[in-house]
Amino acid sequence: MSVRIRILRFDPSQDERPWWGAYEADVEPTERVLDALHYVKWYRDSSLALRRSCAHGICGSDAMIINGVNLLACKVMIRDLEQPIVIEPIRGLPVIRDLVVDMEPFFAGYKEVKPWLIVDEDEKEPPRERIQSQEDRERYDDTTKCILCAACTTSCPIYWADGKYVGPAAIVNAHRFIFDSRDRGGRERLEILSGKGGAFKCRTAFNCTDACPRGIKVTLAIQEVKRAALYDSV
Amino acid sequence: MVQYHDYDAVIVGAGGAGLRAALEAGKRVKTAVVSKLYPTRSHTGAAQGGMCAALANVEEDSWEWHAFDTVKGSDFLADQDAVDVMCKEAVTSVLDLERMGLPFNRTSEGKIDQRRFGGHTRNHGEAAVKRACYAADRTGHMILQTLFQQCNKEGVEFYNEFFVMDLVMVDGACAGIVAYEIATGELHVFRSKSVLFATGGYGKIYKITSNAHTLTGDGPGVVYRNGLPLEDMEFFQFHPTGLYRLGILLSEAARGEGGILRNSDGERFMERYAPTIKDLAPRDMVSRAEFFEIKEGRGAGPQQDYLLLDLTEVDPEVVEKKLPDITEFARTYLDVDPVKEGVPIVPTAHYAMGGIPTTIEAEVRRNHTGDTVDGFYAAGECACVSVHGANRLGTNSLLDIVVFGRRGGLAMAEYASTHKQLEVPEDAHVESESWIMELLEGDKREPSHAIRTELQDVMWDKVSVSRDEEGLGHALKTIDTLKARFADAHVKDQSKIFNTELVEHMELGYLLDMAEALTVSARARTESRGGHYREDHQLREDDHWLKHSFITRNEEGDTELGYMDVTLGRYEPVERKY
Repeated sequence: MSVRIRILRFDPSQDERPWWGAYEADVEPTERVLDALHYVKWYRDSSLALRRSCAHGICGSDAMIINGVNLLACKVMIRDLEQPIVIEPIRGLPVIRDLVVDMEPFFAGYKEVKPWLIVDEDEKEPPRERIQSQEDRERYDDTTKCILCAACTTSCPIYWADGKYVGPAAIVNAHRFIFDSRDRGGRERLEILSGKGGAFKCRTAFNCTDACPRGIKVTLAIQEVKRAALYDSV
Repeated sequence: MVQYHDYDAVIVGAGGAGLRAALEAGKRVKTAVVSKLYPTRSHTGAAQGGMCAALANVEEDSWEWHAFDTVKGSDFLADQDAVDVMCKEAVTSVLDLERMGLPFNRTSEGKIDQRRFGGHTRNHGEAAVKRACYAADRTGHMILQTLFQQCNKEGVEFYNEFFVMDLVMVDGACAGIVAYEIATGELHVFRSKSVLFATGGYGKIYKITSNAHTLTGDGPGVVYRNGLPLEDMEFFQFHPTGLYRLGILLSEAARGEGGILRNSDGERFMERYAPTIKDLAPRDMVSRAEFFEIKEGRGAGPQQDYLLLDLTEVDPEVVEKKLPDITEFARTYLDVDPVKEGVPIVPTAHYAMGGIPTTIEAEVRRNHTGDTVDGFYAAGECACVSVHGANRLGTNSLLDIVVFGRRGGLAMAEYASTHKQLEVPEDAHVESESWIMELLEGDKREPSHAIRTELQDVMWDKVSVSRDEEGLGHALKTIDTLKARFADAHVKDQSKIFNTELVEHMELGYLLDMAEALTVSARARTESRGGHYREDHQLREDDHWLKHSFITRNEEGDTELGYMDVTLGRYEPVERKY
């Protein structure tokens, strides 16, 4: 069937300002928005720039605003959308071209919270694996699902307004370690997250939870981090 | 304008193999990772089921049993010295990942939990064994994230969204790479004492594949164009449970947790093909069984062109808890709830057993007679050690990337510490530069998309689960025609900024190389072994074919084949029954 699509286009080397491109794509209702974008790129206008890789919601390349909502283009089906399907780049990060944004500020925020396992340097290496109970493993399960697609962070009104805020995805990745019984860096991270660009910037809008394509309870994770910072309750 | 960079070690590709190599090299010498994707976009993240290692946390196990299964799974084409290395080092590799923080599922005692997987057995085939260490059904995702975290901790330098275009070769040794920066359209020359390719697979030669759009054989393509060989290219794995029409992977773990494959009669057909381990037979056998079921009219659905993965008898809590992602895939993409009904599945192009030939130290082989290329290494799916032979066992790819990624990182650091940088000629980038200029000189010639679609169609129809002389000959003719059209095709988009049409075009060039190498190698091998099944030569013939193929393309553009003996060991080739 023929599907109508509007895409916000911008090539800084050629365009003075962004413009709307209108296209028709021949795709089935059971296909993905990504298939429609490929149709446009391959049969209508090859200059359309977008990122994509795995095409099934695992690699996190193709977060974009689809009919006003942050979604992965490969995880939303044509049948579930009103037409015309309106597609824009995610907000809060500089546009490089069309649907491609500069991810560097996003990854800089991520790295600020030290998202890696921190152990006591003088702790003796265990001869086998560290023991972790099933309950302790379950405690941080939800936040291990993050694919760093930036859908949450770029749906957050605080992040749009304040570039210094590390954003929901960074806090999710801090949570993944703060609540891991093997980790010893909780205090260090909570200090960072108690600071100016940290978790207390969050105003509990829940946009991030709605936006997460992995179903992570992002706002809950942020609240747990705030609580841990206030009550030292890791 | 070309920019220059100087390193001791340059790694191309930021999936599991590349990042594991970067961790080792980065601790020892000045290291950069050059990748066409942000590291966490790599396809390692799509691996689901697990990573096998004989930890014996749940059941009795030993690395020799694991090695036996790997050799038998490979249809005896794997090199047994390499298999021994991998299966021995599997145990420490899993423990290393745990120490880096990987969130494995746990047993009730808090140890790393393990589950069953296809082709993995106790005591040389007696029964299925619980050997796969896992993190729900996102084990690859957790490996990729954990390695990326550690690389950030160690301050590894990344050049993200840089596309590799060429090797810099000086007197037969590797001295660096040429790469195209996608965001700016600039060329970069990385001068480096050592280079490791970890660029992943090339499943996009096929119409139906579990592979990402970006898996286009860039690394092996560059190697092939430089006149170096590719090994065992005829062996490509078709995974038996791809989502109908889409090819998205549903992990073998679904069968490890008790899922059953059924045909249109509701019959558990694998009982006929592999009476002992049934649905958990290796992938080549299960995919072939599915092919026959469909061919003989027992496929399900209105067109009788798929089979069903039945999870309805598995405890729904296990399905939701241990297989959450694949359950969601079925619901999202096919509108099918695996808890309630069978999921339509077909074989899907999944994994390249062949690739850039290497030694067990990840050194790239120059030929089939034992020479290597100084300063050049490869690891992971783009490489062929060979631990997978003619058919890879499930989970052994994740093992391969961490074991040989680590060995490659160590080897290149060692080489870089004891060797000087070779002088890179000033014109190292010129060939790449003029190719791009030529492509961008747009006239009314053909765009490349139609060529890619036709390539994927012919590879799927003629060079997939079942092959014969006629089909392979037909495919080769088509590939030749497509190559000629490609040479004349152009890129319409003239922008220097994030020109993905140009990148897709260059990727198609590599896909055509991969298709050619695969089809020529497959046509020459007149036997059936592992993933290479010839309808016109149905038996395995060890007298003639217990050897690795090495394909090269000479300067005139003609392909040449050479062969290298398989390294045998404890296990003599026998008939493969499960």
